Amino acid sequence: MTSQTQSSSWRAWLTTDTPQSRAQARLGRAWVGWCAFRRNQLAMVGLLIVLALVVVAALAPLLAPHHPYDQDLANRLQPPTAGHWLGTDGFGRDILSRLIHGARLTLMIVALVALTAPVIGLVIGTVAGYRGGWVDAALMRVTDIFLAFPKLILALAFVAALGPGIENAVIAIAITSWPPYARLARAETLTIRHADFISAARLQGASGPRIVLGHIMPLCVASLVVRTTLDMAGVILTAAGLGFLGLGAQPPLPEWGAMIAAGRQNVLEQWWVAAMPGLAIFVVSLGFNLLGDGLRDVLDPKGD
Amino acid sequence: MNVPPMIGIDSLQVAFGHGAQRMVAVDGVSLRVADGECYGLVGESGSGKSTVLRAVSGLNPDWSGRVSIGGVEQAATRSKGFFKTCQMVFQDPYGSLHPRHSVDRILAEPVAIHGLDDADGRINRALREVGLGPSFRFRYPHQLSGGQRQRVAIARALILEPRVLLLDEPTSALDVSVQAEILNLLRRLRATYGLTMVLVSHNLAVVANLCDRLAVMNRGRLVEELTVEALRRGDARQPYTQQLLRASQGYDRATADSFRDFA
Repeated sequence: MTSQTQSSSWRAWLTTDTPQSRAQARLGRAWVGWCAFRRNQLAMVGLLIVLALVVVAALAPLLAPHHPYDQDLANRLQPPTAGHWLGTDGFGRDILSRLIHGARLTLMIVALVALTAPVIGLVIGTVAGYRGGWVDAALMRVTDIFLAFPKLILALAFVAALGPGIENAVIAIAITSWPPYARLARAETLTIRHADFISAARLQGASGPRIVLGHIMPLCVASLVVRTTLDMAGVILTAAGLGFLGLGAQPPLPEWGAMIAAGRQNVLEQWWVAAMPGLAIFVVSLGFNLLGDGLRDVLDPKGD
Repeated sequence: MNVPPMIGIDSLQVAFGHGAQRMVAVDGVSLRVADGECYGLVGESGSGKSTVLRAVSGLNPDWSGRVSIGGVEQAATRSKGFFKTCQMVFQDPYGSLHPRHSVDRILAEPVAIHGLDDADGRINRALREVGLGPSFRFRYPHQLSGGQRQRVAIARALILEPRVLLLDEPTSALDVSVQAEILNLLRRLRATYGLTMVLVSHNLAVVANLCDRLAVMNRGRLVEELTVEALRRGDARQPYTQQLLRASQGYDRATADSFRDFA
């Protein structure tokens, strides 16, 4: 009874029309967004999958039943059993343990790309859209040039130049995936640069950087977050593709794409070697897509 | 006579586009507004009244002629100090407040830009002055009504303690009852701070309520300057102004038929 009244008073504090402090106003906004997000059940499934990925990655050494590099050549290519839930690979390593440790690599790739590509795109797109003129022309032609390259081929070229490895794969993916974000941010900027609230900011004496950072970027971030989340599935697949081609993570790292590549010689007889990491990629990509769809409903400014 | 006017505009010309597409929106407008005066700019849509205001405020840098504010000649791009003297309130309170900024953030921004002290006190004072209590401070624009939003916009303009307030149809997007509240607020603020105001409106009643003198504009030219007393007496010399006065008193078929185009 007391806990119920307590929780309802919390809710009243969050949803009040007259917040008393900056923090309360901000939390109230977040709460309203969370309520809208919670109504979308598929999005909640996506969120759970992504959270599960984070938890598995964080607790990998505790969760994995075996060491991911421990070879047992006597037990190679074993089908799923009680000892090895998902079977063993060509070196007799436990596939489940490798998948669990591979979650760390996947999460690292996702996080690094999500922290670089949209940020580069946001800066270039908003500056180009707000400044206009030759700045816009120059930045957008550079963007066009990057867009004209096939993504995976350009990534391959970068990796070939920098040498194979997971860091270089991340750099290659980031460098090839920022142009769509720049385009999106520029389009959003163009729709709001002549709004009265931007004029009002200029009339208060706000400098260009202050307007771009404080007024334009917050309105572009929502659609970029949605786009980034939806693109994360593609990033995982590109990273897996680079791994599959032998240009991403190098053995013995348990990267999911590389694991599929290793299992492809015996894909017909020992299907689980390639299918299990494929299933993991599929589930995580699906999770990010569902999460992105839900976020779009909450964050997209066209919705309100 | 030696006192320079607060706002002086000489043969202001504003044109948009180039070559064959060039359109002169404001053509040779000259006017003076004394310190503490409220000056109305009246005209139909497209007459160039808002364009004059945007040139004076510095929002539109493409103009020729001379503009001086507080006796200081203004170039196309303005210094930071200029914005502390001259502020503007926009027509649409739904478009002039950033949708993701709270009232607090909206009001704190100009204080931060100009490096003023006591941001907290200034924000609370400004809110009180426009008739909004401190309970409005942490709301977002979507939690406010149109009239409340316009009050926030006025508070934002006043927080820098300007001497000149440019008003671009500040009431035309509001309900009639809210219009009266905003006009009363503006009149009180003008009396308290001795603000010089330029009010752009197509509504003669609003102009007559707030202003001392007004200018009528048509097709980018200044047709006639008259005092509000003359306006009330219906004492206009130019046929265009007389027609505008008739139009503002309401329509019947005979009045509408008597209207003609003033090119």
